[in-house]
Amino acid sequence: MKPMNTMTSKLDLSNERESWPPLLGLAAREVFESMLGSSLEPGPDSFNEEEFDITAMVGLAGRICGILTLRCTVEAATLMSSKMLGIDAAEAGPQMYDAFGEVCNMVAGNFKNKIAGIDDATMLSVPTVITGADYSLRALTDSGKIEINLLFESFPLIISLQVHS
Amino acid sequence: MDNVRVLIIDDSSVMRKIVERSLRQAAINLATVLEAGNGVEALAVLNKEQVDLIFCDINMPVMDGLEFLQQLPGVANAKGAQVVMITTEGGESHVARALQSGAKGYMRKPFTADQVKEHVLPLLV
Repeated sequence: MKPMNTMTSKLDLSNERESWPPLLGLAAREVFESMLGSSLEPGPDSFNEEEFDITAMVGLAGRICGILTLRCTVEAATLMSSKMLGIDAAEAGPQMYDAFGEVCNMVAGNFKNKIAGIDDATMLSVPTVITGADYSLRALTDSGKIEINLLFESFPLIISLQVHS
Repeated sequence: MDNVRVLIIDDSSVMRKIVERSLRQAAINLATVLEAGNGVEALAVLNKEQVDLIFCDINMPVMDGLEFLQQLPGVANAKGAQVVMITTEGGESHVARALQSGAKGYMRKPFTADQVKEHVLPLLV
């Protein structure tokens, strides 16, 4: 019966959420190792987030609804694009925005590929990149936020997943 | 196979560059690298150019990768071309639909040059 299935699905997903932080970290590490040739290291408990001046976002819709963000400095995002494209950081130019958005897209895609049963039932939006630090992000989410602090080539990087049940 | 003519179809210009870079890192000898931002652009490219290998994203505006695959049998310049789908959407239904539509391989992002080599070399013999 459909209502029962729906309820069961939600309960299962809720139970699985405890495993999401390590899966999100693993998804990010795989993307950085495969596509950038860089290892992500665990970061400190907190960063000075005022220095973060670029954010990439990808929306998830379907079985999981929410938003995944990557936040760091423009300098770090530029380094990501140079490593991903095999060019000097000085040559990255506007490609940096697309490359940073693609990194976010791949982390979101790799994360959803790791959660059984949601892959076909969850779609990703095209990535959006915001520059600047003076903004606040409000998403229609009610299930808390998974946030992972990492270091990319010594640059601070925060990966967040906000989910709406 | 030497002097491979490849068409890379992705709405992200960055991802097209990454695929090309991965092919070169995999020591695949590329004679020509053509690019298109969606299926319609790819069909226009194939009206003029013959290719041996096609890398195609699935989710693209205007014409997505699966619709492009369905159009491909009628394209003379793509006769014998091997198609590898490359996407973040790695669900089983996507894989099945792509393979049923004529794709010879399917790669999920993220990927390494070694994985590209592993997928592509058997298709080029």
